Amino acid sequence: MRTLMTGDEAIARGAYEAGVVFAAAYPGTPSTEILENLAHYPEIYSEWSPNEKVALEGAIGASIAGGRAIASMKHVGLNVAADPLFTFAYTGVNGGTVIITADEPGQYSSQNEQDNRNYAKAAKIPMLEPSDSQECLDMTKLAFDISEQFDTPVLIRMTTRVCHSKSPVITGERPEVTLKPYERKGNKYVCVPAVAKKLRVNIESRTAKLKEFSEKCIYNKAEYNAESNIGVISSGISYYYAKEVFGSGVSHLKLAMTWPLPLDLIKDFCDRMEKIYIIEENDPYLEEAVRALGFKPLGKDIFPPYDEMTPDTIRKSLFGETLPTISADTEVVINRPPTLCAGCPHRGFFYEIAKRKNVMISGDIGCYTLGMAPPYNAMDSTICMGASLSIGHGAQRVFDMTDRGTRVVSVLGDSTFFHTGMNSLLNVAYNQSNTINVILDNRITGMTGHQDNPGSGYTASGESAPMIKIEDVAKAFGFRNIRVVNPNDLQQVSDVLDELLALDEPSVLITRWPCALKKFSPEDKMEFAGAYTDKFAVDQDTCIGCKLCMKAGCPALSFDTKAKKAAISRTQCLGCSVCAQVCPKDAIKKEVRQNG
Amino acid sequence: MAKSVLLVGVGGQGTILASKLLTTGLLEAGYEVKMSEIHGMSQRGGSVSSQVRYGEEVFSPVIELGGADILVSFELMEAMRWIEYLKPDGQIIVNNYKIPPMPVVMGECEYPEDIPERLCALAQTTIVDAAAIANDLGNPRVMNVVLLGTIIKAMGLTQIDWERIITQNVKPAFVDINIEAIKAGMNAVN
Ligand SMILES: Cc1ncc(C[n+]2csc(CCOP(=O)(O)OP(=O)(O)O)c2C)c(N)n1
Repeated sequence: MRTLMTGDEAIARGAYEAGVVFAAAYPGTPSTEILENLAHYPEIYSEWSPNEKVALEGAIGASIAGGRAIASMKHVGLNVAADPLFTFAYTGVNGGTVIITADEPGQYSSQNEQDNRNYAKAAKIPMLEPSDSQECLDMTKLAFDISEQFDTPVLIRMTTRVCHSKSPVITGERPEVTLKPYERKGNKYVCVPAVAKKLRVNIESRTAKLKEFSEKCIYNKAEYNAESNIGVISSGISYYYAKEVFGSGVSHLKLAMTWPLPLDLIKDFCDRMEKIYIIEENDPYLEEAVRALGFKPLGKDIFPPYDEMTPDTIRKSLFGETLPTISADTEVVINRPPTLCAGCPHRGFFYEIAKRKNVMISGDIGCYTLGMAPPYNAMDSTICMGASLSIGHGAQRVFDMTDRGTRVVSVLGDSTFFHTGMNSLLNVAYNQSNTINVILDNRITGMTGHQDNPGSGYTASGESAPMIKIEDVAKAFGFRNIRVVNPNDLQQVSDVLDELLALDEPSVLITRWPCALKKFSPEDKMEFAGAYTDKFAVDQDTCIGCKLCMKAGCPALSFDTKAKKAAISRTQCLGCSVCAQVCPKDAIKKEVRQNG
Repeated sequence: MAKSVLLVGVGGQGTILASKLLTTGLLEAGYEVKMSEIHGMSQRGGSVSSQVRYGEEVFSPVIELGGADILVSFELMEAMRWIEYLKPDGQIIVNNYKIPPMPVVMGECEYPEDIPERLCALAQTTIVDAAAIANDLGNPRVMNVVLLGTIIKAMGLTQIDWERIITQNVKPAFVDINIEAIKAGMNAVN
């Protein structure tokens, strides 16, 4: 039967049909749904790991023990996992192992754009690039076979459009799974220099065999048009973009195994062409290989090296214009920047910290990065996950060299804390910078759509798990000043900031209230009884139109410029009461609940 | 030639369910179908789009500038935001419904009042009161399925068995009202 699947769903299905027994991931757009779907198959042990390095290492262990394993992550996640990746390339596998990297040309939800095909080349790990959901399923199965046949991990490079587009898929069945026997093999898995030196040499012969495989791989295919001497080379989603623009009037070379590249096939294709276009997103990865073969293709000299290579971008680069469009005066269109949700427990903290002078706010990655936007404008830096506490540490050390008295408040979320923030907090504990280290604990991984984490009390498959407490971690690190507050109580937040800013030693501040969109667990219902049950309203007679409540930046609030009054959308209000605490006239009041 | 349907709106308006039902129906009717959506950061109250392409053969899952046969906007201003994606002879169906963006909410600027007139001047436009229709049916949340009904009518897809598609894809308690909603949507377009 044909069903519509996203690329992420199809990868999960492919892993299931390949007999995978172990799956690990850390969430990250656009890869998150791969593990979410894997967790639906009871035959596969699936987990959210604290970060991508841990996920990949779990997969390596599963492979050594004899099971097929998969680890999935977004592009920047592979940076975190790069350390085990490069040496796993040396050891090879017992059970086949596949690593999914989901790249984000266009940066829809990412802090950067990076082309992870370079990782395949740098780590010498074979790479496959599917273009649609059927290929995601089929190539995942193929990847496991390659992994075991050539004794190597295999990378699959996805991009946002492959992950999140749906196309028809024909599914198969899962075979009877038998685990590979386990034996201690020190000369394969113990990478001391003497072993690793031999393994390094072996990689060369493995690569030569993989190249032979790539030359014959059915997914690397040339579609010749005898009438044309124009050839277009592409891989992944770019193949379909190229087909959209060039159609079948030219010859196409669709590459799917992009490391090692089938150089003979490419050479043979290019030899027959007068003009060669290379359509690829981000880096000139294929282009450089074609140039090295001595050809002069048209690539990044006409197409942009950033963003997506959608058909309109290709047309603009080729012909100077897109398809005809309606030209409209779009100046009337007002932006819709993302905002903290109504009721978001991050609001109280940012409302208060925004008022402080002479502080550097070292930020991190999560919903709370929106603290950088108006009306708070309360963030000085955001680089990568977990970095807030360590960047804050470094900054504080330098501020201490001046007499300005600048203090650093570093801020990150619970999932980000467990990801890599813990290492950074350890550094603060060890090297004692005078920083305030804030963990906004909303009891879930919010930004990526509510995945469980070590602090949420549940596993990826929804089973209950030990709940790791952030304050216990801080205590174990030796912090003497640990405070836990309810971020919806502005006075409490303000007082604790005063207290901690007055200290001359590091402190940890945990703001704890569950995400407004979180599905409450039975434990949440007990711990946060009554959360999100109230409604607030503006008493129109008492409101003086001072607009101070708008500084809370809540999407449930609005201001009527004609009547000069604020109002609260009853359907959106979740009763956090932050705006009521901001109002100088007590005009915002809790609705009295009807009995009954 | 593949047909391109661009559904746009604001995060939370139900464009995803509408496009899911649409693509399921198209697939069952034997078309090649591709659909593209952007998840993530943009969902936090931001502008969202679902791009559906179908025909005998479909290459790109993404609709390009000037490529959509129909632009279905679940919100007034979103239609203006995405209009450059419409073919010059394409048609617009727009929900007569406003969701004020943050700058308007904050009282920094005003929501333009003349969007319906502007749209009508630019392309063949049908304005649908999907919110009112959904309210009359007894559940404001079926607004998205009312709008799906308008797409089905406008794209000439009424021969597909939508009642069965709905029955198989929505919770039993909501099947009847969604069937009514899809029919009401079909009747709202000429
Ligand atoms: C290395 C890396 N992995 C994953 C991501 C994707 N990502 C961005 S924010 C985020 C979750 C943040 O969750 P949390 O710290 O709990 O904050 P919240 O969004 O709940 O406020 C994730 C997984 C990333 N940007 N970088």
